[in-house]
Amino acid sequence: MAEFKEISPNAGAGEKLLNWVDNRFPASKLYKEHMSEYYAPKNFNFWYIFGSLSLLVLVIQIVTGIFLVMHYKPDAALAFGSVEYIMRDVPWGWLIRYMHSTGASAFFVVVYLHMFRGLMYGSYRKPRELVWIFGCAIFLALMAEAFMGYLLPWGQMSYWGAQVIVNLFSAIPFIGPDLALLIRGDFVVGDATLNRFFSFHVIAVPLVLLGLVVAHIIALHEVGSNNPDGVEIKGPNAPKDAQGHPLDGIPFHPYYSVHDIFAVSVFLMVFTAIIFFAPEMGGYFLEYNNFIPADPFQTPLHIAPVWYFTPFYSMLRAVTSEMMYALIACVVAGAVLGVLKGKLANVFKGAIVVAALAVVAMMLSIDAKFWGVVAMGGGVVILFFLPWLDHSPVKSIRYRPDWHKYMYAIFVLDFLVLGYLGMLPPSDIGGRVSQAGTLFYFGFFLLMPWWSTLGEPKPVPDRVTFTAH
Amino acid sequence: MKKIKQLALGLVMALGLAAGAYAAGGGMAWDKAPGKTNDMASLQNGAKLFVNYCLNCHSAAFMRFNRLKDIGLTEQQIKDNMLFTTEKVGETMKAAIDPKQAKEWFGANPPDLTVIARSRAGAGGTGADYLYTYLRTFYRDETKLTGWNNMAFPNIAMPHVMWELQGDRKPVFEEKESHGHAVKVLKGWEQVSPGTMSPNQFDQSMGDLVNYLQWMGEPAQNTRVRVGVWVLLFLGMFTVIAWRLNAAFWKDIK
Repeated sequence: MAEFKEISPNAGAGEKLLNWVDNRFPASKLYKEHMSEYYAPKNFNFWYIFGSLSLLVLVIQIVTGIFLVMHYKPDAALAFGSVEYIMRDVPWGWLIRYMHSTGASAFFVVVYLHMFRGLMYGSYRKPRELVWIFGCAIFLALMAEAFMGYLLPWGQMSYWGAQVIVNLFSAIPFIGPDLALLIRGDFVVGDATLNRFFSFHVIAVPLVLLGLVVAHIIALHEVGSNNPDGVEIKGPNAPKDAQGHPLDGIPFHPYYSVHDIFAVSVFLMVFTAIIFFAPEMGGYFLEYNNFIPADPFQTPLHIAPVWYFTPFYSMLRAVTSEMMYALIACVVAGAVLGVLKGKLANVFKGAIVVAALAVVAMMLSIDAKFWGVVAMGGGVVILFFLPWLDHSPVKSIRYRPDWHKYMYAIFVLDFLVLGYLGMLPPSDIGGRVSQAGTLFYFGFFLLMPWWSTLGEPKPVPDRVTFTAH
Repeated sequence: MKKIKQLALGLVMALGLAAGAYAAGGGMAWDKAPGKTNDMASLQNGAKLFVNYCLNCHSAAFMRFNRLKDIGLTEQQIKDNMLFTTEKVGETMKAAIDPKQAKEWFGANPPDLTVIARSRAGAGGTGADYLYTYLRTFYRDETKLTGWNNMAFPNIAMPHVMWELQGDRKPVFEEKESHGHAVKVLKGWEQVSPGTMSPNQFDQSMGDLVNYLQWMGEPAQNTRVRVGVWVLLFLGMFTVIAWRLNAAFWKDIK
């Protein structure tokens, strides 16, 4: 137990109260550790606002969600009507609902940008692997949250989107059909599905999400923030002042809290402009078809997930039985390279050959649809391994060879193209492009241990580069 | 080489703006609806047409009659002129027809119209554009059960309810060359028998009706835009303050 601190009897009531609390709960300590004495590098740029903004959107989603649940009815016969009731009869209900629906898309916008920042500046590199892994888990939970939330308005897209995605699970060999049945709670998406998705959406996943966010921030504050130069400001050799505070750091509060207030204000201008002037965002945030109540007997001509899932949906559709041959060729090539080039013991080389043969045998015997599901899931799961895939001697893109920047640019372009194609109905050309895009996406990560070491990195400075502003 | 060209074309298409994301489900190109959801006279005329013509078969099950106060009608006016299927102004708009009979007569239940203007939007334009085109392009087609067909919604189950207003019309097609084969393109209309309204009057009435449908899809939309202007004005000012506050704190950081 910490030492019990006495306070002068002449102190003010506020001070006395704080002292009383501090003797029982580390209020001041927490405030210092995470706010007023959390030293963040002072060279943060534009890309560093998306973490705070994600937190803001999370709060918006939780608060608006609480009010929506007060009026929403998780019942297949009533759900669609209850959303319209919120839009019409609940005072300011339309605003709450639009905040929530726009918030869902905004969440993915800020999280994608936040992740890209991490990718650019190597924020996942040692010692920040766990910060990154918690972040990836947040992303995964967020996808589950968004997917299940999207069923709740019970429109045509809600219904058929859920139907298509849950059916994917039935492609898993042996357990697939039972697993899909377990998720739906029925043989088709129905009232049982709506009820369990509601439960997951409002209780289970948000709890996990909040826990992960806390873990993400605790891990971050333990190791300290990275910065655009990828220079450690708190390392043993980093310059520090007399109190041991890093010279290149600055207290989070007030310096970055005023930054964030400014950023929040700009973000809210965009956010509210969408809410008030284009809440459907041209059919991207609220799909037009979703204004038709769910009808199990009428399949829409074209079923597309909401925009934030479409890059991964493209990967799913890219894996056709024809594509399997290309993937098998990749596995064989990988195994051959591993055996010929890898500096491994013969036992391991033998293991590689056996494993490759087993994988190829499975790829030939199991339906391509299953491998499509694997590709879609793998597209997210592969992110978890990034800390061990990147072997570049420097962290930040600033000091990596110039062509690495083009590599990242192509990666971003590839992700956007996959996302765009995922919204379109399938086509021959689109299919070929998304197959190439999928191969590039996975090649980018799986070959990273090789290509990230190529080229001459630029000299990394000892101190962060900072120009006063 | 051809493959490469196709791929390149695919990339260009993929990079192009996302206008094509929602393919329209057949039918002709859509005309532009007037889209004035803050024109009270137009909305009131649209509401009148709606309860007189649409509400017999279609419901607007999420729309309450007394919400019409938002478009300038008094409760008494609503009671006197709008209520055919109920006595209470707080009720939602239910169709006069029995849904079972409707299914028997038309082969399908007439869809609910509360949010129809929102659901029909697509690559061809807004939902209002679609409805405006659809309501004006019925024509006689003896091969159909109801004797009517529609240019924007081919093989529709609904007859032309407002034919007395518009009169009988026949579409005139012309052959055109498109991508190497001949296609029939709508050239214009031939008035077979006159309606009680002139073509201009009819277009205007349909504009009013579509305005109303668009407004009914989201009765809060005019409030929404009005509030939005104030919110953005506030945030604009707040952003300036936040910017200066930020600058003041960072001024001395070297």
